[in-house]
Amino acid sequence: MTKVPPKQDGDPDTTGHTWDGIEEFDNPMPRWWLWTFYITIIWAVAYTIAYPAWPLVSSATAGILGYSTRGEVISDIAAVEEANAGINTQLAEAEITEISLNPELNSYAVSAGAAVYRTWCTQCHGSGAGGAVGYPNLLDNDWLWGGSVEAIYSTVAHGIRNEEDPDARYSEMPVFGDILEEEEIAQVANYVMTLSGGTPVDAAASQAGEAIYADNCSACHGDNGLGNNDLGAPNIADQIWLYGGDYDTLVETVTYSRYGVMPPWQQRLSEAELRAVSLYVHQLGGGE
Amino acid sequence: MTDQVPPPSLYAAREPIFPRRVSGPFRNLKWVIMAVTLGIYYLVPWIRWDRGPELPDQAVLLDLANRRFYFFWIEIWSHEFYFVAGLLIMAGLGLFLFTSALGRVWCGYACPQTVWTDLFIKVERMVEGDRNARLRLHRQEKTDARKLRLRLTKWVLWLLISVATGGAWVFYFADAPTLLVDLFTGQAAAVAYITVAILTATTFIFGGFAREQICIYACPWPRIQAAMMDEDTITVAYREWRGEPRKHSQEAKTAPQGDCIDCMACVNVCPMGIDIRDGQQLECITCALCIDACDDVMERIGKPRGLIDYIALSDEVAERGGAAPRSVWKHIFRPRTMFYTFLWAGVGAALIVALFIRSDIEMTVAPVRNPTFVTLADGSIRNTYEIRLRNKNNDARLFRLFVKGDPALRITLEGTPYGSIEVPADTSFLQRVYVIAPPGSPPAQTDRQDLRFWIEDLTNGDRAWKDSSFIGTGNQP
Ligand code: SF4
Ligand code: SF4
Repeated sequence: MTKVPPKQDGDPDTTGHTWDGIEEFDNPMPRWWLWTFYITIIWAVAYTIAYPAWPLVSSATAGILGYSTRGEVISDIAAVEEANAGINTQLAEAEITEISLNPELNSYAVSAGAAVYRTWCTQCHGSGAGGAVGYPNLLDNDWLWGGSVEAIYSTVAHGIRNEEDPDARYSEMPVFGDILEEEEIAQVANYVMTLSGGTPVDAAASQAGEAIYADNCSACHGDNGLGNNDLGAPNIADQIWLYGGDYDTLVETVTYSRYGVMPPWQQRLSEAELRAVSLYVHQLGGGE
Repeated sequence: MTDQVPPPSLYAAREPIFPRRVSGPFRNLKWVIMAVTLGIYYLVPWIRWDRGPELPDQAVLLDLANRRFYFFWIEIWSHEFYFVAGLLIMAGLGLFLFTSALGRVWCGYACPQTVWTDLFIKVERMVEGDRNARLRLHRQEKTDARKLRLRLTKWVLWLLISVATGGAWVFYFADAPTLLVDLFTGQAAAVAYITVAILTATTFIFGGFAREQICIYACPWPRIQAAMMDEDTITVAYREWRGEPRKHSQEAKTAPQGDCIDCMACVNVCPMGIDIRDGQQLECITCALCIDACDDVMERIGKPRGLIDYIALSDEVAERGGAAPRSVWKHIFRPRTMFYTFLWAGVGAALIVALFIRSDIEMTVAPVRNPTFVTLADGSIRNTYEIRLRNKNNDARLFRLFVKGDPALRITLEGTPYGSIEVPADTSFLQRVYVIAPPGSPPAQTDRQDLRFWIEDLTNGDRAWKDSSFIGTGNQP
């Protein structure tokens, strides 16, 4: 549309680049722009001197300011702990059964307990507390040692069947393979299947099993199989099975017994953390 | 002396611009727009709005700490941020619309950079005098007492405006009267002081020293707007066919002169430091000050106004051929601008509809799927849901929660034997909810069943629902 204006005196040089007949002037940069550029260079050099920067063989230069991200994390953690010190003392000193009546303390305890749970408990009980074969589900309403806050607290603090803590919960099912005949074990396993309303594999054997059960099992599991929290004897009349309620598993359980272990946590967790995780577990849906 | 050309320097200093005073209708329009925009900026945080106890009584408030955005009678929660996104889209489309119709009008009249620069130039002129006085002061090498006094006065005034600018901004984020007292007594949050400091510094530098450099080098808009404009866009241009040849040019010696008397008024008033007679330029913000200046000259030499004028490229072609320019409306109403208007109005209408159909109570349902279900002692199957209830009312409300789906399903709430929950005013509340299917019932045995959660506000019967599903044993081995 318009003609290219002829080059005039005083026009700057061109860079030699041409697009569609448009030439690019080799104009100087604005001064501020150039200064900004120099300052970024100075900044970059100063930064690598002040902060950790250059990789060496096994570490990096430390930087003269002595800054480190780990140091920052450590001081952050210390700051959080200090900020929570007051409420943690309150949590450790309150009557454990009454914590849930104090909404503020309770919600702190449940959130803190969730963090403790995720750190220490998920390995066995699962991240959603759903458990696995041999590892109790903490969401249901069936408890081996009781589901009140105090009972849960006691289990967490002292653990189950470990030699390290004299207060640990302790019980042991006999190895009936040494006591009963194989046929008797088959009979009692069939009988146990009926306790929870199931159908036995062999009805005749199940009838024979009733007497064997009364002699050997009812002392711990109760006449009707309802279990005993004081002994940690499972309720075998409900639908929840820690190792499985089918015939083969029951025979295996009776023959060889089970011996689940839980570590005592009071050696590793603070009083406040123990209480927090107990309250967290208690409100997961099964607490009594 | 040889006539060897020295190698070009790597940098060039900014050419200072000393816009001359000008008066005329466009200049007056700019003053009016400045007064209105600054008035809005400074006054809006001070408008009070009664929302009842507990809630802020500031009409426009961005409450970042509580994640609420108050705009007169509208209250936006953080999860409704799409309203703000919608407003930003409307602002963008509005910019497209105005640019395609009228070029850089936003830049010339309403852009904060222009408004504050204009204000700073006004102060500069009051302190140091008009263009010639300022030029003289600039060229004066020695800094004597007078120069120092003028410079210091100017900078102090600029700084006061800058502090007022940065200071007004923070009032949008906290209760203005309280914050004002806090700011002066040293009680305000560090972030408030930092914000004021940053905005003061940027205003001072951008308005006082960077000025047109921001528009030319830092702002992306002049680059984008080229795509928004076409030959029907009205913009500031020089009627070359009428003005040329100019009085001082070579051709003017031989041919009859055009209307331009080469008085340089248009160049001297331009805040961007350009000569519009060279044709359309990226730097021109279409502020029309050159139009005011030239019209003034034309009047004095007895020529018709409009040697420099708002015209479109298509008219330029037509006018060269002797035709009259088309009316402004013809330029403004064309498919492109209609399309932008349509889009703009569409987004606006959608936002208004969304505003009216949103409810004062709301919930979101997150099923807990770790584990997917729990078997209870009696063989029931239980699913857990985390339900977040939002009460946007100004008072606490009692919500009843119930579930529609298979009749066998029962619902219980964690921590309470009742089916209803109290949610405090203006909060969202997380409640864990269990849905239980009795042993042997269809939902307990199928893989998954749909269900719908309902909440009912027991005060006024408002309801809201969310769909979810119930997982049974169906898929288990
Ligand atoms: S050329 Fe005219 S319209 Fe463009 S910036 Fe300068 S004074 Fe404003
Ligand atoms: S103000 Fe008008 S007459 Fe004066 S130089 Fe500019 S275009 Fe020409």
